[in-house]
Amino acid sequence: MNENYKVSASPHIRDRVKSSNLMLLVVIALLPAAIFGMWNFRHENAWILVAVTTVSAVLAEYIYEKLMHKPITVNDFSAVVTGLLLALNLPPTLPWWMGVLGAVFAIVVVKQLFGGLGQNFMNPALAARCFLLISFTGDMTYFVYDGVTGATPLAELKAGEAVNTMDMLLGNIRGTIGETSVIAIMIGAMFLLLMGVIEITIPASYLLSFIVFIVLFGGHGLDAQYITAHLCGGGLMLGAWFMATDYVTSPITTKGRIIYGICLGLLTGLFRLFGGSAEGVSYAIIIGNLLVPLIEKVTLPKPFGKGGEK
Amino acid sequence: MNRCTERIFNGLVKENPTFVLMLGMCPTLAVTTSAINGIGMGLSTTAVLVMSNMLISMLRKIIPDSVRMPAFIVVVASFVTIVDFLLEGFVPSLYDSLGLYIPLIVVNCIILGRAESYASKNPVLPSLFDGLGMGLGFTVGLTCIGIVRELIGSGMVFGVQILPDSYVPITIFILAPGAFFVLACLVALQNKVKKSLADRGRKVPEASGCAAGCGSCGNRAVCGGHMLPSEKIDKE
Repeated sequence: MNENYKVSASPHIRDRVKSSNLMLLVVIALLPAAIFGMWNFRHENAWILVAVTTVSAVLAEYIYEKLMHKPITVNDFSAVVTGLLLALNLPPTLPWWMGVLGAVFAIVVVKQLFGGLGQNFMNPALAARCFLLISFTGDMTYFVYDGVTGATPLAELKAGEAVNTMDMLLGNIRGTIGETSVIAIMIGAMFLLLMGVIEITIPASYLLSFIVFIVLFGGHGLDAQYITAHLCGGGLMLGAWFMATDYVTSPITTKGRIIYGICLGLLTGLFRLFGGSAEGVSYAIIIGNLLVPLIEKVTLPKPFGKGGEK
Repeated sequence: MNRCTERIFNGLVKENPTFVLMLGMCPTLAVTTSAINGIGMGLSTTAVLVMSNMLISMLRKIIPDSVRMPAFIVVVASFVTIVDFLLEGFVPSLYDSLGLYIPLIVVNCIILGRAESYASKNPVLPSLFDGLGMGLGFTVGLTCIGIVRELIGSGMVFGVQILPDSYVPITIFILAPGAFFVLACLVALQNKVKKSLADRGRKVPEASGCAAGCGSCGNRAVCGGHMLPSEKIDKE
């Protein structure tokens, strides 16, 4: 009998959980990666960029809502999450005003113009990252570690060079502020899983389908070192755990989430292996966001009693 | 108001093809990467529009109703070919940057729209001024979009450096997404201006959508006489 009463899609039980609690938990989960990133890139003063981007996201939301005479929703922490996620996706040497521009674009254009929290059709932080990447390609792909400029491990991997997977796991590599340390990201992700904020469905189907794609088309077969390097490199972990799982821009049903995850995995693999640049996680996720309405349409559960034998 | 000047005002403000009627979006979005491209495209279209409106108006009693579309296309295509050759011969740099979009003027819906809804039903002189007004309205729209995109996307206007060298251009504005951002902002701006004029009790020029009125318009079944973007916004 229990099976019949299991309702999964719509939330029906009144609970103490509010958007602001959830968003606060996401902020806490992002802290390990953020703190590690600020320490890792301390010579580049990454903390300034993180602070400026986060604060300007919140300010942009406040000012827009004030000007448009809308209820002020700054207290729900969603702007903090957007600003912080955007900052973690920026290279540490980026001029601070580009961070401000990105934060304003994310909040005003992608989120508020479409109706605010819950109405945006793609992840604001990633849309802003792509906006900056297209606008300032040079600054957005300039990576430094310990004062030495160079390519990211993912780009070296694409060029066929050997990479140190241990460093990639720890985070002592070039990259954006928050993406380098897989361990710090996983601590936050485990926290979110344990607190029940995210489910494992999307990240698991995303990462598994990505691994399958890499094994089939990567040209290295089942080489564990190559696969680990691809998993730990670039923004894959940050994207899979924190951005693909965004409530607003991911499907509701479990079946839909699995399809969504597989789409993301295939797109990421496609961009990384056959695309022009080494990284493709952010484009994969925003294209995946655009597919969500279609996925929802296909995976809509049938009401009880509909259809059946005729 | 004199009928001819009324036609020009109609094209420039009341029924501006870019900002009010939202016609000809393909060249509007594609070629306005710089102000000079916008003005070049606008003036080429104006030339074709004036000439084709004039000729179609002259031939309006000769062209049989059942084959009017192919006949219009032949007239428009002839003028586009002339403009195409003239641009190639005299302003090769503009010709190169506009590229494929010059031959595509043939299928620009502003030109066919004016031929169908105005020139084929009105005398020669008003048709000429109708083409001139619409063309200038299109030119103004494209040039505005081009100026904003070029200024933000490369710090220049008409190829002259305006912003200081320390300005870092936001390249996305001269790429495809920038066209949508700028068009949307300019349309929002002109709706805002119209709305605030209306709030202060000033008479706002209303687009009637179809110059010949709804009675003779083939699209009446679709729009039901309420195709007006500005009116819709005001009512909501």
